[in-house]
Amino acid sequence: MKIFVCVKQVMSRDAAVRVDGDGSWVRDDGVAFETNEPDTFALEEGLRLREKHGGEVVAVTAGPARASSTLREALAKGADRAIHIQDNRFARADTHITAAALAAAIGREPHDLILTGLQSDDAGYGQTGVILAEMLGLPHATIIMKIEASGGQFRCKRELEAGWFQTVTLPQPALLTIQSGINKVRYATLMGIKKARRKPVRRYSSADLGIDTQPRQEVQRLYQPQQGKQTEFLEGSAREVADQLLSKLRFEARVI
Amino acid sequence: MSVLVVTEHHRGTWHRISMEAVAAGQQAAQAMQCSLAAAVVGSDVGGLAGDLARKRLSEVVAIDHPQLAAYSADGYAAALRKAIDDLRPRLVLFPHTYQVRDLAPKLAASVGTAFVSDAVGMRFEGGEPIFVRQMFQGKLHADVVPRGAPPHIASVQSGAFRAESAADGDGPAPVRRLAIALGEGDVRSQTGQPYQDAKDAVDLSAAKIIVSVGRGIREPGNIPLAEALARALGGELAASRPICDSGWLPLDRQIGSSGQTVSPDLYLALGISGAIQHVVGMKGSKTIVAVNKDSGAPIFEIADYGIVADLFDVVPKLVEVLGESD
Repeated sequence: MKIFVCVKQVMSRDAAVRVDGDGSWVRDDGVAFETNEPDTFALEEGLRLREKHGGEVVAVTAGPARASSTLREALAKGADRAIHIQDNRFARADTHITAAALAAAIGREPHDLILTGLQSDDAGYGQTGVILAEMLGLPHATIIMKIEASGGQFRCKRELEAGWFQTVTLPQPALLTIQSGINKVRYATLMGIKKARRKPVRRYSSADLGIDTQPRQEVQRLYQPQQGKQTEFLEGSAREVADQLLSKLRFEARVI
Repeated sequence: MSVLVVTEHHRGTWHRISMEAVAAGQQAAQAMQCSLAAAVVGSDVGGLAGDLARKRLSEVVAIDHPQLAAYSADGYAAALRKAIDDLRPRLVLFPHTYQVRDLAPKLAASVGTAFVSDAVGMRFEGGEPIFVRQMFQGKLHADVVPRGAPPHIASVQSGAFRAESAADGDGPAPVRRLAIALGEGDVRSQTGQPYQDAKDAVDLSAAKIIVSVGRGIREPGNIPLAEALARALGGELAASRPICDSGWLPLDRQIGSSGQTVSPDLYLALGISGAIQHVVGMKGSKTIVAVNKDSGAPIFEIADYGIVADLFDVVPKLVEVLGESD
């Protein structure tokens, strides 16, 4: 089975987000980056399917130069090769442009299954995978918690709201977006990291692929959210704070 | 020129956020000075269409087909493409649900336009919509504008608009039936009936007090600390998604969009950053207390009482003080 896993590099979860000079994006200097956590579950699922059914796992990203470390990590964990569609504009591209880039690169090769995380931890639109499926003319299912491949079909457990699930069966080839927690993600071994250096990474520019770079949506302004509620912050030693809080919950809020 | 709201129902029962989308649509149509249509898609949707027609709408569009009885991305996208072709709306509004996350990006891609997902607010400048959505795990808000040719598609987050503010009309709105041709091969997926995993047994919705833990609890060995606080307060223990994903607490104790929705008298969030997916499950709580080391954590936006501190310092003291007062 030929499996493509789309991965994105995002600012690390603990990084302080600082709005940039013109207020339309965040500053990325002096910030640590990591693989978008939901995508790590998608990669793991791809690796497990390959281990069971054979074939190849290709990690793909549309991102700036720095995103090559995310591909290295995927290769170290066991992906066979990688594709980097490199353009600094991808750091803040909208979902349409990102999906168009991924579709152009993946569309050049035979593919049986495409996996993505369900959303990114930065912009969080949660739609790149589905747009990619539509661009490639593939059926898709989202927020998947289990995949069984057999007889040219994928039988999937799809998460619905409020603890409900549903079985969705799709013909191969298909695209699935993976829910976090579907599996236990492996770590890269030292041997894996060593091997990764010799694995091929194919690089494209957006011009190579002739991608439509007209955005369909644009962030006009980023800002700190306004306080929805008047939060009363309690200060002091741990003991003082505990005393204050319990007294407020008893006599002010009257909830204990 | 119109605004089109797409409603959602499950086997004949409205999804509770559908009327919130209708309320958003009424605001949008007024600001954009255009008509407002609402669509209902399914099989045998005459009753739902009649119910929807009581709202203040220019028309109800009913797309009825046996193949649409259960949701499929292919079937529903084809149905809505038909509605878009017929109505030529400028703006299409959805409630932001799991189904919409599956459907709307496909619809947007097939028409080649924007889908601004999960908006928490909407305003208009010169008759054009600007959507407010959360980014970077809720740490920032963004004003997002659709670009390119209409129709522009957007979805509104649960709770962003009030269902009660969806006004009724003076008389029933006309119902237009749109016929759609769907063949056997047009829907490529097969879907089963929704089910719940049997082990999901704990009902947290009745709890008066909930102590909930997030990533800040760091390791499973620290769970008993939160448990002790829950016990001292006579409440239930719950968690955000990553904790249940890691197996530190069972899935049925998960609060949020994929878990339970609760509104207790007291919700004590320990080491929870306040990502949107969690907040939608607990923002209706009467009193919210947040303990987090990061003063910029979005959970503080909705907290009544905030403590910027290490939960490992504060929680043992809370247990201690509660023990003393017994």
